[in-house]
Amino acid sequence: MTAFDPAGTFLLEARELLRELEAGLLELEQRPDDRALVDTIFRALHTLKGSGGMFGPPALATFAHEVETRFEGIRRGSETATPALTGLLLAARDHLEQLLEAPDTADPAETERLVVALRDTGETACIPAAPAEPVATEPSARAWRIGIRLPATALEFGTNPLGMLDELRALGPCEVRARTEAVPALGELDPTKLYLHWDVRLVTTRPRAAIEDVFIFVADSGGIEIAEDTAEPAPECASVTVAAVGPPAAPANHDAPPAAAKEARRLGRREAARSMDRPEASVRVAASRLDALLDQVGELVIAQARLTALAQSRKDPVLTGVVEEIERLAAELRESTMGLRMLPIGTLFGRYRRVVRDLSQELGKAVELTTAGEATELDKTMIERLGDPLVHLIRNAVDHGIEDAATRRAAGKPAHGSLHLEARQAGAEVLISIKDDGAGLNRARIREKAVARGLIAADAVLSERAIDQLIFHPGLSTAATISNISGRGVGMDVVKQTIEDLRGSIEVASAPGAGTTITLRLPLTLAIIDGLLVRVGASMCVVPLAAIEECVELAAAEHKGSSGRSFLDVRGALVPFLRLSELFGVGAGAREHEMVVIVASEQGRVGLVVDQVVGHHQTVIKSLSPLHRGIPGLGGATILSDGQIALILDTTGLIQSAQDQATWRLSA
Amino acid sequence: MSKPILCADDSASIRQMVAFTLQSAGYEPVTANDGSDALAKLEVQRFAMIITDLNMPGCDGIALIKKIRADPRHAGVPIVMLTTESEESKKMEGKAAGATGWIVKPFDQAKLLAVVKKLVG
Repeated sequence: MTAFDPAGTFLLEARELLRELEAGLLELEQRPDDRALVDTIFRALHTLKGSGGMFGPPALATFAHEVETRFEGIRRGSETATPALTGLLLAARDHLEQLLEAPDTADPAETERLVVALRDTGETACIPAAPAEPVATEPSARAWRIGIRLPATALEFGTNPLGMLDELRALGPCEVRARTEAVPALGELDPTKLYLHWDVRLVTTRPRAAIEDVFIFVADSGGIEIAEDTAEPAPECASVTVAAVGPPAAPANHDAPPAAAKEARRLGRREAARSMDRPEASVRVAASRLDALLDQVGELVIAQARLTALAQSRKDPVLTGVVEEIERLAAELRESTMGLRMLPIGTLFGRYRRVVRDLSQELGKAVELTTAGEATELDKTMIERLGDPLVHLIRNAVDHGIEDAATRRAAGKPAHGSLHLEARQAGAEVLISIKDDGAGLNRARIREKAVARGLIAADAVLSERAIDQLIFHPGLSTAATISNISGRGVGMDVVKQTIEDLRGSIEVASAPGAGTTITLRLPLTLAIIDGLLVRVGASMCVVPLAAIEECVELAAAEHKGSSGRSFLDVRGALVPFLRLSELFGVGAGAREHEMVVIVASEQGRVGLVVDQVVGHHQTVIKSLSPLHRGIPGLGGATILSDGQIALILDTTGLIQSAQDQATWRLSA
Repeated sequence: MSKPILCADDSASIRQMVAFTLQSAGYEPVTANDGSDALAKLEVQRFAMIITDLNMPGCDGIALIKKIRADPRHAGVPIVMLTTESEESKKMEGKAAGATGWIVKPFDQAKLLAVVKKLVG
C-alpha cells in the first residue's frame, strides 16, 4: 500500500475527475439525451463532493454540492441540458478546478455568483440543515425503557442485535428481557430470521442521543422505542445496583406474573424449609377426603391431556410452553396425591406376628415368622383389602403347610417351622410372598378330593400346576379345612377373588417336603391402569396391559369358524376368539385389518378381536355409574385426551359372560 | 486474528483512507475499485464486513448489495454504504436492498471506526 496521503491522492483523483467532467459536459452539448454520459458526469461530481469533503479544501465540496444539485435535475430528467446550462456547468467546473488547485486565490464573489446562477432553476432546491445535536449534559442518571423490535430480516441484513445490547450495557446498568412470544414452533422456525424482541431497562447518565446512536441503523424501521422510565423517581446509585441484580422494582404489566411467581416460589420454599424444621408433624385426614382429592386430580390429569392435545394442534409455542409446565405440575401433583395414599406394608405385617404366635400355641407347632420389605408402599385401599386374605394364607400355611414337630424331626427338618413374609416392588407391581418350609401341597389328596367332588374326571390328566390351581376352586378349598382355624368364611377361592378384584394375581409354587410359596402380584395402585387403547366400531376401549399376552393380525383366511365360536391359529395353537363388535352389538367395521388382542384368562388364552389397536395408554380409572356397574366385562371408564370416553374392559368378566351366553344359547 | 473487511469505492482517496484507517485499527482491509471488482473478490474470500460506495461505474453499490444478499455464502455479512447527505432516497434504496448501515460523507477516521466497531466488534 502507498503511504497514507489521502489529500495527495485526492488531488490526483480530482484532477482526473475534472478532466472527465469537462469532456463529459462538452459531449453532453452534442448528445443531451445520453443517459450513460449523464451518469458519468454525475458520478464525477459526486466523487468530487464526497472525497473532496474529506480530503479537499472545504469550499470545494460545498461548491461541488451546488453543482451536483443542479445537475441532479438533468439526471432526473426534470431539466434538459441546454447549451446555456452546460455553459454554466462548464464555468462551474472551471471554478471547481480553481478551488482545487489554488483555493486561496479563488474569488468568493465568483463562488457566490455561480451558486446563485446554479440555484436559479425556477424551483429552489433547499438543503436541509443538519439538525443540531441535542445537548443534554445532565450529570444525573436517568432510567430509560427501550423496546427493541427489529424486522425479521435483520439478521440477514447483517444487523447484530447482541452487539446493540452490548452497546447498551456499556452505557450503564442494564436489564434486558428477551421476549419470545413471536418465536414459532420448531418446525416452522427459520434460523436465518429474527423472532426475538427485547425489553431493556437502562439507567445511564448519558443523554438520549447516546441511546439513539446505538440504534442509528435500525431507527427508521420503526421498531425501536425509547422512553424515559418515569415509573419511579430518578434512581440513586443504591437503587441502581438493586435494579441491576434483583427483580425489577416496577415491571411492565406483562412481566408481573413471572416475577410474582418467582417470588411466590421463593416464599413457598422458605415455607417448606420452615415446616421441615418441625419434626414428624402430621395431619390425620379422613380417607374419603383423600379419595375425593385423587378423584379431582384424576379429572385434572384428563383435562390437562385435552389441553396438551389442543396446544399441539394450535402450534402456538407460548401456549405450548405453559401447557408443558401444567403437564409437569399435574404429573407431580398426581404423584404426590398417590403418595398420600401409599402406606408401608409393614403396618400389615405387624398384625401377623400375633396371629402366628396364637396359631402356633393353639396347634402346638413351633413357628417362627420372619418378615422382609416392610417399607414397601402400597395403596391404602389395597392394604385394607389385603388384610383378610393374608391372614387366611398365613393360617393355611401354619395349619396345613407346616408339620408338627415330630413329623418335622422325622423328615430331618428343624423342629420349629419357619414362615417368611416378604414384600417387594417390581416395576409397577408389588409382590407379596408367603413362604413356609412345610410339607408342600399334597397333590394326590387334592386330586382325590377333586375327583370325589366331581370337579375333574377320575382319569383326567392334569399337570402339577393345574392340580395346584385346584386349591382355589370354590368346591374344594374350604371343605377340608379345620373349622376353627379357617372359620371366617374365607376360603382360598375368596382369597383368589379378592386378589383378582384388586387386579392382581396369585401364584402357587410347591415342592413336596420342602414347602409352599404363595405369591401375590398386585398393582401399586388401583387408581391408575396401564392399558392398551383399542377401537371397536366407533368406540374406544382400554384392555388392561397386565392381562395381554400378545397382539396378532387377524387375516381372514387364518380363522376357522365353528358353530358359535371362532378359533384362530396362532403359531400352530388354536386360540378361541371373541369379536368385541358382535359382543357389544356395534356395527362391525371392515374386516380386513382386524387385530386380535390375546389375553390370558382362566380358560386359557382368548383372543379379543378389535378394529384397531391404537396404542399404550396409561389412564386414571373412573368408576361407572351405579346403573352400569353391574355389567359384566366392564371394569370402569376413562376419559381420553380428546374428551371421548373409553370403557375399561374386565377381560375375565368379559370372557366369562361370553361363555355364559354361548352356553345359554346351546342349551336353549 | 484480524478480520478482513472489503471496501469498494471508485474514489482512490476514499479507498486509501478507509484502508489505512482499518489497517491501523487492526483489521485486514481489501479494496475494490467498483462493484464488479468487489464481486470478484467476494468470489474467493469471506469478509467480516463490506463497505461500499453507492455511485460506482459498472456494478454500482445498490446492485452490489443485492448480489451479496442473494449469495448464501455471504449470508448475514454486515454491509455499510457510503452516502452523502443529499442521497436520502439512495440510502433508502440501499437499505431496502439489504444494507446494514451507512456512513455519511464526509467522514473521519473516528466515525468510520465507530461504525466498524459497532457492526463487527
